[in-house]
Amino acid sequence: MTLQEGRVVSRAVTRPAPPSRRGARLGVGKWVLPIYAAIAFVFLLIPIAYTFVFSFNDSVKSNIVWRGFTFDKWLNVCDQIDVCVAFGNSLIIGITATIAATILGTMIAIALVRYRFRFRSAISLLLFLPMATPEVVLGAGLAAEFLGAGVQKGLGTIIIAHTMFCVSFVVVTVKARVSTLDPALEEAGRDLYGSPNQVFWRVTFPLLLPGIIAAALLSFALSFDDFIITNFNAGTTSTFPKYIYISAARGIPAEANVIASAVFFLAIILVLAAQISSAVKRKRLAKVG
Amino acid sequence: MASGAFAESGADLELVGIQKRFPGFTAIEHLDLTIPAGSFFALLGPSGCGKTTTLRLVAGLEDPTEGKILIGGKDVTNLKPYQRQVNTVFQSYALFPHMTVLENVAFGLRRRRIDDAVGKAHEALRLVELDHLSARKPQQLSGGQQQRVALARAIVNRPALLLLDEPLGALDLKLRRQMQLELKSIQEEVGLTFVHVTHDQEEAMTMADTVAVMNKGEIEQLGAPEELYELPRTAFVANFLGQSNLFTGHVSGSTSSSISVDVEGTKITVPTKRAQRHKGEVTVGVRPEKLHLHKDAPKKSPDINTLGPGRIIDVSFSGVSTQYMIAIPGIGTVSVFQQNMTFGPLAGEGAEVWVSWNVDHGFGLEDEPSPTPRFPADTDTATIAVQKKRALMSELEEA
Amino acid sequence: MAFSAFATGTAQEQAPRRKSKIALLLLLPGILYLMLFFLVPLVSLVITSFQAPVPYGDIGEFQTAFKWQNYVDVVNTYGEHILRSFGYAILATIFALLFSYPLAYFIGVKARRWPLLQNLMLVLVIAPFFISFLLRTLAWKSILSDESFVISGLKALSLMAPDAHFTGTAAAVVFGLTYNFIPFMTLPLYSNLQQLDTRLLEAGSDLYSTPSKTFFKVTVPLSMTGIVSGVLLTFIPAAGDYINASRDFLGGTGTAMIGNVIESNFLVTLNYPVAAALSIILMAVILVMVTVYVKRSGTEDLL
Repeated sequence: MTLQEGRVVSRAVTRPAPPSRRGARLGVGKWVLPIYAAIAFVFLLIPIAYTFVFSFNDSVKSNIVWRGFTFDKWLNVCDQIDVCVAFGNSLIIGITATIAATILGTMIAIALVRYRFRFRSAISLLLFLPMATPEVVLGAGLAAEFLGAGVQKGLGTIIIAHTMFCVSFVVVTVKARVSTLDPALEEAGRDLYGSPNQVFWRVTFPLLLPGIIAAALLSFALSFDDFIITNFNAGTTSTFPKYIYISAARGIPAEANVIASAVFFLAIILVLAAQISSAVKRKRLAKVG
Repeated sequence: MASGAFAESGADLELVGIQKRFPGFTAIEHLDLTIPAGSFFALLGPSGCGKTTTLRLVAGLEDPTEGKILIGGKDVTNLKPYQRQVNTVFQSYALFPHMTVLENVAFGLRRRRIDDAVGKAHEALRLVELDHLSARKPQQLSGGQQQRVALARAIVNRPALLLLDEPLGALDLKLRRQMQLELKSIQEEVGLTFVHVTHDQEEAMTMADTVAVMNKGEIEQLGAPEELYELPRTAFVANFLGQSNLFTGHVSGSTSSSISVDVEGTKITVPTKRAQRHKGEVTVGVRPEKLHLHKDAPKKSPDINTLGPGRIIDVSFSGVSTQYMIAIPGIGTVSVFQQNMTFGPLAGEGAEVWVSWNVDHGFGLEDEPSPTPRFPADTDTATIAVQKKRALMSELEEA
Repeated sequence: MAFSAFATGTAQEQAPRRKSKIALLLLLPGILYLMLFFLVPLVSLVITSFQAPVPYGDIGEFQTAFKWQNYVDVVNTYGEHILRSFGYAILATIFALLFSYPLAYFIGVKARRWPLLQNLMLVLVIAPFFISFLLRTLAWKSILSDESFVISGLKALSLMAPDAHFTGTAAAVVFGLTYNFIPFMTLPLYSNLQQLDTRLLEAGSDLYSTPSKTFFKVTVPLSMTGIVSGVLLTFIPAAGDYINASRDFLGGTGTAMIGNVIESNFLVTLNYPVAAALSIILMAVILVMVTVYVKRSGTEDLL
C-alpha cells in the first residue's frame, strides 16, 4: 500500500505481472493513503471546528447546547472580564518567558556546539531531563520549592516556571540549526580575514536566526497553552487555560471560544503567510536560476 | 598580522618537517615541501593520503603537531587563518547563503577595510564573467557559477597563495574541462601561487606546472607532469598516474649505459640513467602504450626488449586505442595499448603473440621489491572507519 | 579546532583557555537557572516526600523527617492509579503511533513532489496546538456526550448499548490522550520519514522483497529514531496527564490517573508528602522505562 513506487519498479524489472491486474491494484493502492490522510485531518480538526462554531452560540451561562447564532460574543469579548484578564496574563507570561528562555537557550546551544568543556554529558543530561519529566512532577517540584522558601505564588512564579521548561526546547531547536551549518562556512569566514567576533556576527548568527525565531515561537506556544505546571504555581493568578479548567465544571462562556478561535486563526494566518512567502521566494529563485 | 595591502605577487610556500597527528591516527608523517612563487602546484593522491590536511595546515584551519610553515620566507605557523595572506576555494565552495554574490566576494575586502570593496568585487566578478549575476544569492547559481564565485571571492583578496581544495570535484566532466582551462588562464593572468589539491590525475597533469604525488601522508614523487609519467620512481606513482607493466627480477649484468634484469629467465634491459637502483632485486616497468604487438617472434636486438610468446586473454576496444591483455608464462599478464590505425583488432583472443619495446622506454623503480599487488590498494574504507571511530572516541574522552 | 588540545606552542595553548571562558559565560546563566528551578525543585520534592505531619499542627503543616512509610502508604493506596496511568499512556502511545505513521508517511514521502501541499498538511497537523488543549478536550466531551448525535446515532444503530456511556469511561480517557498527543507523534515521524531515501525502497523491491517486507525490513528500521522520539514525546506527557482523566473532562469516577491524585493531594487536601512521593515514583518509573526503551531500540543519541 505504501510502497507504490518501489513495487512498480520491482514488477517492471523482475517479474512483469499481467498489466491489467497491476493497473487495478495500483489504482486502489494509490488512493488508500490520500483518503486516509484526508480522514485523519478531518478527525484532527473536528474539535477546532466545534470550538469555532460554538463561539457564535447565543449561550447564556454554559456553552453546551446550541441556542442560536450571534456575533455578540465576538463583539463584546470583554464582557466576561475574567476571560480577558486571564488572556492578558497569558500574553504577559508567554512573552516574558519566551524572551528569557530564548536568550538562555540560544547561549547554551551555541556553547554546546562550538566549544568543548568538561561536564559536557552532565550538562546534556540536565537539559534533557526537563523534557523527559512529566509536567505534574515539574509543577509539583517547583511548588514544593516555593512552599519551602515561602515565596508567594503569582505571575512571577508562573514566568519562572515557564522559562524553565522552555529553555530545553530552545536548546534543542537552535542546536539542530547549529549542527546543520556547514562548518566550512565559518572556516571560509576566518579564511577571508574575519576575526572570531566578526565571523560570529556576520556569518554564524544570521544563519542561526531562523532557528532562533522558530525556538521563540515554540516557546511562546508552549507557554501560552500550558496548564499543568501553571496550575501548581499560579496561586490566585489566572491564565487562559487555568480559567477554562476552573470553569469547566460549571460551563465555559462562549467568550473563551471567541478568544481561542481568534488566537487559532491568528496563528494559522501567520504560519500560512510564512509558508506562502517562502514558496514565492522559492519560485522566484527557481525562475531566475 | 595581515596588512591591509594586497600581495604584490605570489609568494613561495615552504613546509618544514610538518607532522600532523589526529587523535588515533597520523595524517601526515613527515613533510618537507617547497613551492616556488608563481607556480601552479598540484597535490595529487588518493583520498585519505593527507593532501587536504596539508592544505588546511597551510590555510591555518589546522595546527601542525610539529614543523613550520613559511610563506614568502615568513613563519606563519602560529598565525590564525584570518591573519594569513592565504585564501581557499573550498571543496563545497562554502558560499555564504545569506549574502548576495557581490557581498560574498566583498566579504574579505570589507573585513580588511580595503577601500572600494564593491568596485574591486565587481572587477573580480568580471574576471570570472559573472558580474551580471552579482545581485543573486548563491543558491540561484549553477554549480559551475558557484565555483567561479568562490574563485572570485578568493582571488579578489590578492592572496600570496591561493589554495584550491578539489574545487572541480562537484562538476560534470564537460564543465570540469572548461573550468580547468579557465583556472589555468586566470592563474596566468593574476600570477599568483596556486596550490591545487585533487585526486584526479588528468586534472593535475593538464593544469599544474609541478605535481606532487602523495600517498599515506608522504610525498612519493614530485616533478613536472611529463617527468612523473615517463619516469615514475615508485610502483605507487607508476600505477596511480596511468598504468604500468612492472616486472621484478635480479640485476644480471650491466654496461656503461644500461642494466639487464633477469625476470624468470627473460632478460629485460633498462637504461642506467632511467633506473633508480642498479644492484640486487629490482622492479622495472614500461607503459602499455610503448609496447608493440607481434604475431611472429621479432628479431632479437640489443635495443629492443622482447617478451613472449604469450596468449591474448582479453581484448577491449576503447575508441582511440585497443587494450590487449597478454598472459606470458613465467612473467604474468602484460597490458598493451595499440592505436587503432586499422579497422578491427590486430589479433583475437587466444592468439599467440610477442611483445617488444624500445629499451629507452623502460624505467626502474626505487622501491624495495616486495610482493606488492599490481595496483596497490588505497587505504581501505574499513581502516579509515576504524581510525575515524578511534579519533571520535578519544575526542570524547578528552571532553 | 576540535583537536586543538594536541597542538603545541604557547599561542595555541592560550586559545582553548580563552575559549572555555566564553563557553562558561554562555553556559552559566542557563545552567544556573535550570539548577535553581529544575534540580532544586526535584530535591525539595524528595525532601517533602519524606516529611511527617507536625504533631497537633494544622492541615498542610509538615516537618522534615525520614518517613519511608510515606512511599509504602502511597503504593498501597494509589497502586491502582499508578498502574492505570501507565496502562492508559501505553495504549494512547500505541494508538497515536498507528494513527500517525501512515499520515507521516503520506506527508513526508508521498507528498514530496508538492512541497506547498506538504507544508499545508503540516500546518493541519500542528493546527490543534494553536487552540487550547483544554478547549479541544472539552469539545470532544460535548461531541461524544450521551446527548450528542454521534452517540445517539451509534445507539440507534445498535452499535452501542442503550444505557452505555462513552464519556467518563476508560475508553474516553485513552481516546482523549491519543487525540491530544497525535501531533507529538506525527511531527518527529514526519521529520524522519521526510529524509527517507526512496531509492532504498526501490533497492528493497529490486532484491525480491514484497512491499510489506520492504516496509518492515527497510522503512521501519530506517525511521526508528523518529519512532523513538515520537513515542517518548507521547508517552511521557500522557503518563503524567490529568486533564483527560479529570471528571470535568473525559474521565469518570474510576479513571483517575496518577496526575489527578498528585493534583488533589497537593492543591486540594494539602497532603504534600503524598503528592511528592507520587511524583518521585512517577518520575522514577518513567526514567527507567525511557532508559530501557531507548537502550533497546538502539538510539541513544537523541539529544
